[in-house]
Amino acid sequence: MNGSPYVIASRNSVRLTMLKVLAALVPGIIAHAWFFGPGIWVSLIVCTLLAILFESLALVMRGYPLRPFLTDGSVIVTAWLFALSVPTLAPIWLYATGLLFAVIVAKHLYGGLGQNPFNPAMIGYAVLIVSFPMYMTQWPAPIHLAVHAPGLADAFDLVFAGGGLISVDAYTMASPLDTVKTLLRAGVPKEEILANPVFGRLSGSGLEWIAGMYLLGGLLLLANRVMTWHVPIVFLLAVAATAAGLHALDPSRHMGAVFHLFTASVMLGAFFIATDPVSGCGTPLGKVIFAAVAGFLTVIIRTYGGYPDGVAFAILLMNVAAPFIDLYTQPRVFGHRRHEKPKI
Amino acid sequence: MRKLHTFNGGIHPPEHKAESNAAPIASLPLLPRYVVPLSQHMGHPAAACVQPGDRVLRGQVIGLPEGRISTAVHAPTSGIVSAVEMRTLAHPSGLPGLCVVIESDGDDQACPTPPLDWHGLPQADVLEAVRHLGIAGLGGAVFPSAVKLDKGKAGHIPTLILNGSECEPWITCDDRLMRERADEVIQGAAIMRHLLGAETVLVGIEDNKPEALAAMTAAARGAGFPVEILAVPTLYPSGGAKQLTQLLTGLQTPTGLLSTDIGIQVFNVGTAASLYRALVLGQPLISRVVTITGHVARPGNFEVRLGTPIQALIEAAGGALPGASGQIVGGPLMGFELEDEQSPVAKSVNCIIVKHPALFPPAPPTLPCIRCGQCALACPAELQPFELYWYAKAKAFDKTERYNLFDCIECGCCSYVCPSHIPLVDFYRFAKSEIRARDKDSQAAQIARERHEFRQFRLEREKREKAEKLAQKAAGKPASGAAAADDPEAARKKAILQAAMERAAKAKEGVQPQNTDNLAPAVEQEIQAIEARRQGTDASTPPPEGDKSPVSTP
Ligand code: SF4
Ligand code: SF4
Repeated sequence: MNGSPYVIASRNSVRLTMLKVLAALVPGIIAHAWFFGPGIWVSLIVCTLLAILFESLALVMRGYPLRPFLTDGSVIVTAWLFALSVPTLAPIWLYATGLLFAVIVAKHLYGGLGQNPFNPAMIGYAVLIVSFPMYMTQWPAPIHLAVHAPGLADAFDLVFAGGGLISVDAYTMASPLDTVKTLLRAGVPKEEILANPVFGRLSGSGLEWIAGMYLLGGLLLLANRVMTWHVPIVFLLAVAATAAGLHALDPSRHMGAVFHLFTASVMLGAFFIATDPVSGCGTPLGKVIFAAVAGFLTVIIRTYGGYPDGVAFAILLMNVAAPFIDLYTQPRVFGHRRHEKPKI
Repeated sequence: MRKLHTFNGGIHPPEHKAESNAAPIASLPLLPRYVVPLSQHMGHPAAACVQPGDRVLRGQVIGLPEGRISTAVHAPTSGIVSAVEMRTLAHPSGLPGLCVVIESDGDDQACPTPPLDWHGLPQADVLEAVRHLGIAGLGGAVFPSAVKLDKGKAGHIPTLILNGSECEPWITCDDRLMRERADEVIQGAAIMRHLLGAETVLVGIEDNKPEALAAMTAAARGAGFPVEILAVPTLYPSGGAKQLTQLLTGLQTPTGLLSTDIGIQVFNVGTAASLYRALVLGQPLISRVVTITGHVARPGNFEVRLGTPIQALIEAAGGALPGASGQIVGGPLMGFELEDEQSPVAKSVNCIIVKHPALFPPAPPTLPCIRCGQCALACPAELQPFELYWYAKAKAFDKTERYNLFDCIECGCCSYVCPSHIPLVDFYRFAKSEIRARDKDSQAAQIARERHEFRQFRLEREKREKAEKLAQKAAGKPASGAAAADDPEAARKKAILQAAMERAAKAKEGVQPQNTDNLAPAVEQEIQAIEARRQGTDASTPPPEGDKSPVSTP
């Protein structure tokens, strides 16, 4: 087996793809640091190191060579997406637990790179939210709202020593999504809720900027053809449409489309998580269906579910469905008539 | 101006045309020996009609076409046939084939071939002449042109497309040919147009060949019939017959059918020029333009006599430079690695690229497929290459077929873009050959089963016939005797039984009209039919040899 083609595209590799994804995350991370303090650097570094450790362990146990697989960059993407999805400045054991499930279970037990049916970072997130719900609601407050905004030293203390120096309440608060959900359910009028300084112009204060930066990074990836438009655009449209629909039904009890779109998790999900090709759909129509349902489920879970956010669960649910969607959405092949779908 | 269409995907690798397209087509000195393969075309090899010791003239037929899909082979120069024997060929299989070895006498004396009045003669005579002049598609697929020029029952084929796209990197033989022999191409197109009854003649040329476009446009003005010279965007594989057809007409050749079924026939520009030379100038196909490029001293294009050892061509280009690491026959995307430099240039050989690790670096290590979908975006056949890969790797060949593996044209776009550097096309070739082998096996098994069943049937029938005869005897005796009168009921029953048995026997014989005597030929016929079918499938997915003419078994 050594036939043509004898040329391959230069400067094209899994590593480069992963590097582009990481680079596209950087604007969002900088915004995060700007609004929520330097803690994000600590959790990013800790998560990256933990993920590399677990990846190496798994590779060694499976008898795979370390070099090509460690340097493909995929595990760093997993680590960053995980770190950006879970509360910053959580204790290290929480990160370790999540990443253990993400890397060892969700990725390597299913066969490693390219084989995982579920998005590893989202599995890590889901495990934590189911097992340690309390920790998962302790989001750092924006610097300007926090009683005590943690600096770098505080960040290390919080991550590695559980934070004896400052109290949890001094720097965390419920996320805007959580606030909305709890208060709306308690019957507090929407105007009153939105008066809370945790909200900005569009969505969560600070968070809306991070969301905007994720959007920017995502658009760069689109322009760079790292992915096609199908998943991110349809996902965002579906989130917007579902939110707008609910809002139209009962404006007093539902937040609008813009609020949902500019939560950081939706933008992260749209461009970086739902677009994971391994656990998503492979056909163009399949991608559209995948993203549409995932976007719809995201808002539904946020509105009616018991968890603070819906992005992760919506995407994981669609990961289950992806192979079947692919099966029934095989595109027409050159020279086949339109209705002639492959008989699979 | 005709509106151009697009095809899905495609790639734009570095072109590397400038290396070889500057100098005019040069010729090679006469060589002392030529090794002319009898199988230079798709279909049945020509049958040698010379023997060692025979003296032949340049252009004399040395191999006669055999079967419908075949064409003649001619002596490239005058001399003595020294052998008719197996030699290695420039073929992806690397298998040897029968060749006529000619020791040239240095006179290069031509065998007179009178020009043909293609306009006046009956169609069938012209086609027979084309067949005996050895014309086959020079784009790489080498399908016998006489078959493709037969408009058959269709009456006429409205659109003739000439393929001057030359989309593979490095190759420039069609570029040079169009620059220097545009008139010949157009004259060839006139013959093709006449034979097919075509009204529209389209010539597709990639827009990276402005000189060829200009020359062809100038020649088209004097054609005396409408020819549209169209610049298509430089995007591999625009020279694939199906892709060029879609670019120029917007039509997709339905899978399993031929382009002629939608009223289109596609020929390479070089084929058109060789048709003109053959019919009008009386020059059978004994040479072709070949690009020699890559890591050689003087890359360029040569008019090469068929049967020239590739080594001699490399030497004509100044020889391989130090550090050369093998040769590619055809282009880098669909070509194949040459096993033996002594293999002769055949009608299918359009380009020899001498490799160097700097020009063709070894592929980086392969990583698992990350389903990124880049391959699907690039696939001109609109397949899902990663699914094909997945199933081919798992040896789930049924699945690969259902995902339309056989619509894959092995263009290599998917492998080219894959970030995991997976040699995807290797997997498709592997799966295709496995499926073909399996089909062959199951056909053989089918024949064996049928043979066995027939034997069972025959034995049973013989047994039954014996029983019938006994029954007849038994029934005949009492009928004339007293027993029948004694027991009319029993006789009636016997008669019914006998009639039923006869009916059954007749019905069975109706189902199986063969009898024991012609069993062997019947089976043999079947085997032949299967062979033909099998070769049919082989031909419909031609081996990867440069850009393709629209070949399939008609
Ligand atoms: S381009 Fe390669 S890695 Fe990407 S989906 Fe296709 S086969 Fe898989
Ligand atoms: S080689 Fe086959 S699967 Fe790959 S791009 Fe070409 S047609 Fe598509």
